[in-house]
Amino acid sequence: MWRYILRRIVYLAPVFIGISFFVFFMLHMTPGDPAKMILGDTATEENVQLLRAEMGLNDPFLVQYWRYIKNAVRGDIGKSYITKSSVAREVSQAFPATVKLALFSITIAIFVGVPLGIISAIRQYSLLDNIAMGFALIGISMPVFWLGLLLILFFCVKLGWFPASGFDTLKQMILPAVTLSTPSLAIISRISRSSMLEVIRQDYIRTARAKGQAELRVIWDHALGNALIPIVTIVGLQFGGLLEGAVVTEAVFAVPGIGSLLVEAIKTRDYPMVLGGVLFIGIVFSLVNLAVDVLYAYIDPRIKAQYQSP
Amino acid sequence: MNAAKNKQTGFWLRFRKNKMAFCGALMILGLAIAAVFAPLIAPYPFDEQDFSVAQEPPSSAHWFGTDEFGRDIFSRIVYASRISLEVGFVAVSIGMFIGGLLGAVAGFYGHLIDNVIMRSMDILLAVPSTILAIAIAATLGPGLFNLMLAVGIATIPRYARIVRASVLSLRHLEFIEAAQAVGSSDFRIIRKHILPNCMAPVIVQATLGVASAILNTAGLSFIGLGIQPPTPEWGAMLSGARSYIRDYPYMTIFPGLAIMLTVLSLNFLGDGLRDALDPKLKR
Repeated sequence: MWRYILRRIVYLAPVFIGISFFVFFMLHMTPGDPAKMILGDTATEENVQLLRAEMGLNDPFLVQYWRYIKNAVRGDIGKSYITKSSVAREVSQAFPATVKLALFSITIAIFVGVPLGIISAIRQYSLLDNIAMGFALIGISMPVFWLGLLLILFFCVKLGWFPASGFDTLKQMILPAVTLSTPSLAIISRISRSSMLEVIRQDYIRTARAKGQAELRVIWDHALGNALIPIVTIVGLQFGGLLEGAVVTEAVFAVPGIGSLLVEAIKTRDYPMVLGGVLFIGIVFSLVNLAVDVLYAYIDPRIKAQYQSP
Repeated sequence: MNAAKNKQTGFWLRFRKNKMAFCGALMILGLAIAAVFAPLIAPYPFDEQDFSVAQEPPSSAHWFGTDEFGRDIFSRIVYASRISLEVGFVAVSIGMFIGGLLGAVAGFYGHLIDNVIMRSMDILLAVPSTILAIAIAATLGPGLFNLMLAVGIATIPRYARIVRASVLSLRHLEFIEAAQAVGSSDFRIIRKHILPNCMAPVIVQATLGVASAILNTAGLSFIGLGIQPPTPEWGAMLSGARSYIRDYPYMTIFPGLAIMLTVLSLNFLGDGLRDALDPKLKR
């Protein structure tokens, strides 16, 4: 078991190197001279050259990349072109709001999506199944930001039940969380349904029924555990989707998270900030995937068996 | 020949029975027609400003109302279908060709080549695709082609994985061995024998991929990375309409509806194709 976890952790190293290389390469490709951006338009050519030398911008690409890595490990991933403040600090300040939003949303998505999918599977082709899966299809086909705008239109403008922006009180968090959770909820309920359908057709379920066990116990004790495995995978993958959706959701509801930070940085062409945010999201996403894989090993006995010492 | 024909007829029979997929296909056809004949269908040019009718609610003259410059929203939505379809198909083609090629090479040669290619794909997969597209689009700067490139590159790993898996399952079958025995080159074997046999999952993924490319593009335009005005694009129209949501809600409703219906039809079509191409997966 520990060998499996250790192996997964070792796999993270090339991924981190890859992400940082990609981000640094992108940063290298951005238009404009970083030294000029930092000094502003009024700087003399001489000063720009001095700063270029000081920042090591004349060094070969790989030397610069190595320095970037060394700084990144110490928590320095550059300075914003606009506010001149540390990108790492701004990103980490914005992070809690995004985490809160993502956790709130995934909670809604899991607690509504999984039961909905499972009930739809047990009552396959019933009215409930058809309605739920119809809504799920609409849910994955809607742009998140449009759903957010519609919710604002209905609940804020028409009914006045919720505020349209801000992210401090629970009341302010409900609409963004519902918006962001919708596509994940739709996907989770679809996967839960198909996973459950697959399991309840297995022979051992028929055996359980044949020996006269109550239907609820058949589902709860025998089917659910095996049906959960693909569900956990998809929930983990949804975290990536949530981070993506968070960017536009935060922009719609003015949530002060990484998404809003990114959107603002894109508008002002603040490249270090944009790519710093991307780097951060990539690393967080990899860590979440690691956590999912470890969890996976705990619930899937087949993985556990593979790594057990004989 | 006969077997291939039977296979095709079987596909058609299964596909035709699926009403949802058929509706989806019809709607996509309708959208394609709207995109091609946009100048004939749209009652006004997409950039014609008329401030005397600015922000008029829907009426018989302007079916979906007008925007803050007095431009006809219906006409703009019709013209914008060109952009969305173009981005969807071009982005998916980029992802499919590069990803498919990489996947085929990785699966066919195995060993070191496979490892190098697939580990690079893992790194691309480590960043969520929209975030990847944001990074690429922000670096390349705004513009239609850059947007298509960004959305396309972000989907490469998906196709690489699908094609690699199919190639691995075919790699050691007898007809490949036979082709090798008669002296076919590797390139010819991949192109003539392997790729045609792993098209089914690629086609399904591509159909669903066009849907997600359209959603992605709309999202990127919404946050200001994409098509520049006055070119109409659904996401950008929503971004503009946002400021007027309190007083002119119809400006927000119609472009979003257009995105949703397009993506929904593509999803219907993709699901239907999957069920028809691979009856084993039908639930």
